[in-house]
Amino acid sequence: MLGLAADRLRADMNRLLAFLFHQGILDEQFLQLQQLQDESSPNFVSEVVNIYFHESEKLLRSLRSLLMDREFSDYNRMGIHLNQFMGSSSSIGANRIRNVCVAFRAASEQNNRAGCLRALEVLEHEYCFLKNKLHELFQIQQQRVLAAGVRYPMQN
Amino acid sequence: MSMNGKLSGSNGRLSANFRLKKTKETMHGHGPNSFRKWKRNFLFLWLLGFVSTGIIWFFLSFNSIALERNERSLDSCEEKARILLQQFNVSRNQFHALASFFYESDQIAFLECAKHSGPKRPSSDGVACALKVMCSEKQDFKMQKMWVVKNTELKDQCPVQADNIPSEHDLSFLDHDTSVSQNSVSLISREHHTGEKNISQGSERGVQPKNNFENSSFCLGQGCWLLLIVVILSCKISGVRLKLDWNGKNEPAPSQPETQKLQLLLQQKQQQLDQSPPKGAGKWRKKLLIVFVLLGILTSIWLFWHLNQKIILRREQTLANMCDERARMLQDQFNVSMNHVHALAILVSTFHHGKHPSAIDQKTFGEYTERTAFERPLTSGVAYALKVLHSERKQFEKQHGWTIKKMETEDQTLVQDCLTENLDPAPIKDEYAPVIFSQETVAHIVSIDMMSGQQDRENILRARVTGKGVLTSPFKLLKSNHLGVVLTFAVYNKDLPPDATPEQRTEATVGYLGASYDVPSLVEKLLHQLASKQTIVVNVYDTTNTSDPISMYGTDVTDTGLLHVSNLDFGDPLRKHEMHCRFKQKPPLPWTAINASIGVLVITLLVGHIFHAAICRIAKVENDCREMMELKARAEAADVAKSQFLATVSHEIRTPMNGVLGMLKMLMDTDLDAIQRDYAETAHASGKDLISLINEVLDQAKIESGRLELEDVPFDLRSLLDNVLSLSSDKSNDKGIELAVYVSDRVPEVVVGDPGRFRQIITNLVGNSIKFTQDKGHIFVSVHLVDEVKGASTVGDKVLQQCLNLVQDMSSKTYNTLSGFPVVDRWRSWENFEILNGNNTTNDPEKIRLLVTVEDTGVGIRLDAQGQIFTPFVQADSSTSRHYGGTGIGLSISKHLVGLMHGEIGFVSEPGVGSTFSFTGVFGKGEVSSLDSKWKQYDPVVSEFRGLGALIIDDRSIRAEVTRYHLRRLGISVDITSSLESACTYVSSVFGTSAFAHLAMILIDKHIWNQEAVIQLRSMLEEHRQNGKLDVSANLPKIFLLGTSMSSIERSKLKTGGFVDNVLMKPLRLSVLIACFQEALGNGRKGQVRRKKISTLGSLLREKRILVVDDNKVNRRVAEGALKKYGAIVSCVERGRDALDKLKPPHNFDACFMDLQMPEMDGFEATRQIRRAENEVNEKLASGEASTEMYGNVSHWHIPILAMTADVIQATYEKCLKCGMDDYVSKPFEEEQLYSAVARFFESGS
Repeated sequence: MLGLAADRLRADMNRLLAFLFHQGILDEQFLQLQQLQDESSPNFVSEVVNIYFHESEKLLRSLRSLLMDREFSDYNRMGIHLNQFMGSSSSIGANRIRNVCVAFRAASEQNNRAGCLRALEVLEHEYCFLKNKLHELFQIQQQRVLAAGVRYPMQN
Repeated sequence: MSMNGKLSGSNGRLSANFRLKKTKETMHGHGPNSFRKWKRNFLFLWLLGFVSTGIIWFFLSFNSIALERNERSLDSCEEKARILLQQFNVSRNQFHALASFFYESDQIAFLECAKHSGPKRPSSDGVACALKVMCSEKQDFKMQKMWVVKNTELKDQCPVQADNIPSEHDLSFLDHDTSVSQNSVSLISREHHTGEKNISQGSERGVQPKNNFENSSFCLGQGCWLLLIVVILSCKISGVRLKLDWNGKNEPAPSQPETQKLQLLLQQKQQQLDQSPPKGAGKWRKKLLIVFVLLGILTSIWLFWHLNQKIILRREQTLANMCDERARMLQDQFNVSMNHVHALAILVSTFHHGKHPSAIDQKTFGEYTERTAFERPLTSGVAYALKVLHSERKQFEKQHGWTIKKMETEDQTLVQDCLTENLDPAPIKDEYAPVIFSQETVAHIVSIDMMSGQQDRENILRARVTGKGVLTSPFKLLKSNHLGVVLTFAVYNKDLPPDATPEQRTEATVGYLGASYDVPSLVEKLLHQLASKQTIVVNVYDTTNTSDPISMYGTDVTDTGLLHVSNLDFGDPLRKHEMHCRFKQKPPLPWTAINASIGVLVITLLVGHIFHAAICRIAKVENDCREMMELKARAEAADVAKSQFLATVSHEIRTPMNGVLGMLKMLMDTDLDAIQRDYAETAHASGKDLISLINEVLDQAKIESGRLELEDVPFDLRSLLDNVLSLSSDKSNDKGIELAVYVSDRVPEVVVGDPGRFRQIITNLVGNSIKFTQDKGHIFVSVHLVDEVKGASTVGDKVLQQCLNLVQDMSSKTYNTLSGFPVVDRWRSWENFEILNGNNTTNDPEKIRLLVTVEDTGVGIRLDAQGQIFTPFVQADSSTSRHYGGTGIGLSISKHLVGLMHGEIGFVSEPGVGSTFSFTGVFGKGEVSSLDSKWKQYDPVVSEFRGLGALIIDDRSIRAEVTRYHLRRLGISVDITSSLESACTYVSSVFGTSAFAHLAMILIDKHIWNQEAVIQLRSMLEEHRQNGKLDVSANLPKIFLLGTSMSSIERSKLKTGGFVDNVLMKPLRLSVLIACFQEALGNGRKGQVRRKKISTLGSLLREKRILVVDDNKVNRRVAEGALKKYGAIVSCVERGRDALDKLKPPHNFDACFMDLQMPEMDGFEATRQIRRAENEVNEKLASGEASTEMYGNVSHWHIPILAMTADVIQATYEKCLKCGMDDYVSKPFEEEQLYSAVARFFESGS
């Protein structure tokens, strides 16, 4: 009967994914990422995403500290950070974050500090949202893996 | 009244306060039992009674006082009347005396006498004149005299009214003769009448005060009642107002705007939060109460003082009045007597000294005085002493025949039977005053020299000097032994002018007239005439010597507190007399004042007590209220905490439970013996139940805490239903129940809503149905638009039509249902829905309303339990959980979920027949394209089936319709026949047409399975094909069997027997159908192409060493993963510099993926340097400087460097090429692009 649970879990996951895609939070890249996951690297996606989270948090921190600095003028460094953020985001398919990054970068290129701050707020918000959603997804996935693992001996 | 006014004033002031308190009290104590209310009412009534009794009593006491006063005034009136009478009598006596004197004296003498005695009768001189005229008619005259005197006396009483008229009448007396006298009598009698009238007026006036008192006391009573009414009214009004307030507070006017309400709520909340104000108010109230009570006590004290003061004042006044009155009367009486004595003196001077020979001798004098003694009721006796000089003594003694004797003792107080003969002759002096005439009573003093007595001597000397009556100090009188005074008048031999000198007076003196007054009897007599003699004590003192007053009358003094002193003037300026009056009794306690003040005090205390009780109650209620609020807040917090706890704990339990279940499942798959397996299965089943229970509880908790929100995502309703059915199919197949789903054509493919929750509801209902359906019948889920069922006449959908017509043709033995068993009328399950009955068909074109019906042929729900099946944790029957398990929470959750979908849920059930649950829900219309890839994956497959035809052979049209619905989803056109025979005829009839050409499958329900007939059908088809000379490649229609529950053995038997191409297991699902048809029709190439491509890329990259250069960890990892997937061996470096080191020839990398944007050294720079290094090596190799061995047997170093970039624009690409890169891939790896890029380098190489 746990097969049913697995089905349900998969459906839940699909639903969540569909939601994320529908909202434009993720894009195709994430699916590709998922396709990269196989028996040889069963936790590939979560691994990557965890790295992403780690890196992103570092980046966000430095971005914030940069912006909070009183005599702030180092838009160049911010651009580099943003590029990195953008790169990693597009790697995992975090579409919306990427878009926000683009806007952020535009603001930083214009030396628009207020815009930067606003963009940073949005970015942080988006990031948190994505993180929560992805965590949820992985949780379901784990359960599914568990369920799938149960099924495994049956096939033998 | 002033007190009353004050009281009412204070009450008025307090009433507001009272109202306030009352308001609060009833506001809080609205709910409590009626007993308390009744008690309060009783208390109030009691108080009312008490107050009214007090007031009545008060009132009565006032009345009694008035009565008393009235009596007193009556007394005084009577007294006056008596005085009047007495005066009149005195005057009458005078006349009587005069009349008697007439016998002995002539007219001239009388005239003289009358003239002299003028002052004696000041009020009756007119009468005397009249007398002169009409002396002849004595009798009549006497009568007249009486009236006239009466009249004049009355005139005194009311001088204003009767001033002129009597004098006129007097004149008439003078002018008219006797004949007119009768007339005048009548007139006078009229006068008398007026006098009577006056008297009556006076008495009326006496009554008036009584009236006044009555009035005032009445006013007082009225005031009290008024006050009481005001108090009651204020209570009532406040009560009413309070009720209004309460109502107003309880149900704020519906018209009140929402914001105001909110504000009110907020305020209330604030008040609740801020607890100090009520406390402050309570304190304030208490203070006010104390002030009120103190005020009441002060008022009562003041009242007592005031009333007492009044009473004392009144008492004093009464005493003063009485005392003065007595003093005046005494004085008057005395004066009257004195006048008489004076008159006597003049008489003596006229008839004794004025006549020669003397008209008076001892005998005459004695007789006269004896007969006129009634005129001098106060004198014990009168005597006349002649002034005899020593030179004349001898002659005098000779003339009278006795010697002048002296008083035997100086002290006259000793009284004995004194005999003149025993007395010694008077010693020789300058002059003597021997008594020559005396009244019979004092005849013993004749011949006694008055000058020899000390007192008498002084008296005589003073009398002749002043010419007026003089008094001795009181001394014991001879014989009577009473205290008395002697009045002495000097008798002159000629008329003296008023301003005569003492010498002249002494010269003219011829004798002395003395009268002894018996003071005690005088006063006694007087007091006897007055009323209320018993209430006061009178003392008369001679205060000539102020230091040692001599008591003339009265008993010993007992001090009773109040004393009034009136001066007495007896006509002797030298002598001073005083009258002291006292009340006999001590003043009684001032009961009026005490009662009034105690009444006020009691009222105050009672009211205070009531208020105090009320305040205490208010405080208590407030306290309770606060406590309740706290408890409420705590309860609410606890409820929230409960929900949160449930949600959290349920969630936390779910995760480990999954592990437990999974492990159990794995355990069950291992090699276990029967008992172990049983244990494990039991554990697993329990765990599953627990999980589902937790899920439900979680949902319930979420719903209760309002945290459950529905998503809005597009989903495919049909596939969702397929899913649900597939989940339930295991169970239903086990039970042998037919499970089917049908979705109306008009329902769009994709709807927007919460698929999870929608599925939860359906799963729940289907699960219930399966649970309660035993081994027979069916469960049928159908979805329609609400609009479809709205008008029964326009039902277009066949399934719906048949379902609805079901009840109408009950005659046939088997019912036209899915399984042939009877079902309940589903129409009834939704007939109460508002969405159907209501007219609010505001059709939002973007919204659709679905009606989902789940029909079963289960045991049904008992009628008495049908009302509460939607209540959480309540099952239709307590035995239900024993038989079927479950918590009974599912339907409740479903109801909530339906409510969240803006729908309604309803059911109809008949025990033994089955139940039908229906619910509606509002969903959005979705676009097919908005759906995720899941749907798309079927798309090409579905298109394969499009245009094919199918024949369904089923005897139950509704079942056939369901099958048709599924096939139509695949784009297959469907024909239906009800039996195999008719199928044959159908095949024959369509043979040769395009319909036959398209006929790809024949689906036969197991219900009408007949092996022979199928074989016949098959052969017929063969035949037709051969006859039709059709293309061999054209497939024969495949025959499928539709079965509910068939064992795999049965299935394989049928399949291998060649009767059917495949067996379709119900419930029908799209995926199953597709798989089955694909297998049967031999489609399925597309998937293979895809797989091949992937393997190509894999082979390309297999075992290749690739270096990934990227500073971004994520990207690095992704790239690594992607490349690894195709079998590459991947190394990663973080920085361009590291890449330089790695790629320094000789190295064994086959390719390098280079990120362009890196700190320190970006991709371009790194590539440039790599190329430079490579070039150097190549040059070296070319020049032979270095052997190829040194560089790994590679003659020409050129590692393919592919740029990885997120923004792929032409400029970047050119730049890449310029700095020595070979190609680029966009950063998120795309398979195709990667393949094409990599292929260039490796295909040639490999």
